[in-house]
Amino acid sequence: MRSRELVIVGGGPAGLAAALAAHEHGIRDILLLERDQCLGGILNQCIHPGFGLHYFKETLTGPEYAERFIQRVLAIPEIEISLRSFAVKLDSKKTLTYLTPGKLETLSARAVIMATGCRERTREMIHIPGTRPAGIFPAGLAQKMINLEGWLPGREIVIVGSGDIGLIMARRLTLEGARVKAVIEIQKESRGLVRNVTQCLEDFNIPLYLRHRIVKIHGRNRVEKIEAAEVNDELLEIPGSRFEMACDTLLVSVGLIPENELIEMAGAEIDPATNTPKTESLNHTSIPGLFTCGNAFKIYDLADGVTKDSLLAGQQAAEFIRSAS
Amino acid sequence: MNKLMTCIECPKGCRLTLEPDGSHVLRVSGHKCPKGELYAKQEFENPLRILTTSVLAEGLTLKMIPVKTSQPIPKAKLLEAMEQIRRIKVQCPVNLGEVIQANFGNFGVDLVATRSAQKPKVS
Repeated sequence: MRSRELVIVGGGPAGLAAALAAHEHGIRDILLLERDQCLGGILNQCIHPGFGLHYFKETLTGPEYAERFIQRVLAIPEIEISLRSFAVKLDSKKTLTYLTPGKLETLSARAVIMATGCRERTREMIHIPGTRPAGIFPAGLAQKMINLEGWLPGREIVIVGSGDIGLIMARRLTLEGARVKAVIEIQKESRGLVRNVTQCLEDFNIPLYLRHRIVKIHGRNRVEKIEAAEVNDELLEIPGSRFEMACDTLLVSVGLIPENELIEMAGAEIDPATNTPKTESLNHTSIPGLFTCGNAFKIYDLADGVTKDSLLAGQQAAEFIRSAS
Repeated sequence: MNKLMTCIECPKGCRLTLEPDGSHVLRVSGHKCPKGELYAKQEFENPLRILTTSVLAEGLTLKMIPVKTSQPIPKAKLLEAMEQIRRIKVQCPVNLGEVIQANFGNFGVDLVATRSAQKPKVS
C-alpha cells in the first residue's frame, strides 16, 4: 500500500486553499482528490458576483474566484491532482480508499484533510404533505441545471426557504424567463444576506412571504399548485390563512448539511444535530491528524471565509505531520 | 421625505437613509464605508447592476460558458440584455476574461467570459 504525507479530499475552495497552505508550510507530498472532472467545486455553478471582497478586495464571480486558486495549485508540481476520484472508505489509521476510473486505490496518509463540502436539505426533511410529482428540486441542483447544463427546470416557480441559494435562484430564473411567483419563509426574516433580498427579490418585484409555510403540494405527474399558510409564533398554521398558488416547479432552499460520513466511518465523533465533527478547535476532529475544513466543518456564509479557515487547515496539517515525524 | 435602501456593495448590507432633493441626493447616512454613499447616489439617480449569466457553447469542454458584463448596466435593461444573450452561441475556445461580444447590446460594455473553455481533447 502506497503511503502519502497528506491527502486532501475535495477540490473546491476549501481543498484548494488547504493544499496551497500545506505546501507553503513545507509539505512536499500532497495528493488532492476531486470527484468531478474539474477543480473548483460548487464555485463553478455560482456564476453570480460577490466572491472575493474579503480575500482579494474585489468582487468576482464564483468561477473567477476558483480559477485564481486553481492556477496557483496547478503551478505547484508537489501537489498531485487526481480528478474523477471518489473517496469511499476511511479508517482511524488514516487509510483511505478511493474509486477512480478503472480501479480502486488504497493508500495510507500521515494526515488527511476532508474538504468535502455539504449537501442540500430536501423536501422530505421539512415534511411538506402532498403528492410526489416531478418538478421539486433542491435550489442548488436547479442552479447546476441552469448554469452548467443549460436546462430550465420550469416556468412558474415557487421557492420555499429564503437562504442565499434560494434568493440567488429567484433572480437567476427570472433572468432566464421563468416567472418566480413567491419565496416562502417560515421565519420572521430572510435566512439569506439582506443584500440578496434587495438585489435578487426586490429588484424583480418577487414577493417574499415571511412567517408562511407550504402546507401541501398538489400534482399528479408534475407539480400543479401549492397551498401556503401563515404561521404563528409556534410556527403553526393560522386557521383561515390558507391560499393556493399555481406553479409547475418548487425549489427547496432550506439549509445545508455538512458531508462527514467518511470521518464518521473512521470513528470520529459527530454531533448529530449538525452533522459536524465534535471538537473544540477549528478544523479538527477527535482523531489526531484527521482534519475537516470548509463547509464540511461548518456551514459558511461566504467562500472567503472558507478560504481563510481552510488555509489554516493546511497549516495545521503541515504542523501535525512535522510534529509526528 | 427620506428614502431607505439596503446597500448591496458587500455582505454587510448597510441600511442607508437618503435625503433627496428632486432627482439628486443631498445627504446619505447609515453607510459604514465610502462605497455606501456612492451606491446610494447611483441607485437613486440611475440604478446599475453587473449582469451575470451563461451562454450556450458548442463543441467545447463546457456546455455553458459563464459570462458577465464588463461594467454595470441599467437595472431596467437586464431582461432586455438577457434576450440578446440568448441568441449567442460560442463555438471557439475562450479564456477567462476574454471578450465574447464587444459593445454588447449598445450598452457600452463588453460581455466577458468568466471561465475558460477549450476544444475537447481527442483521445
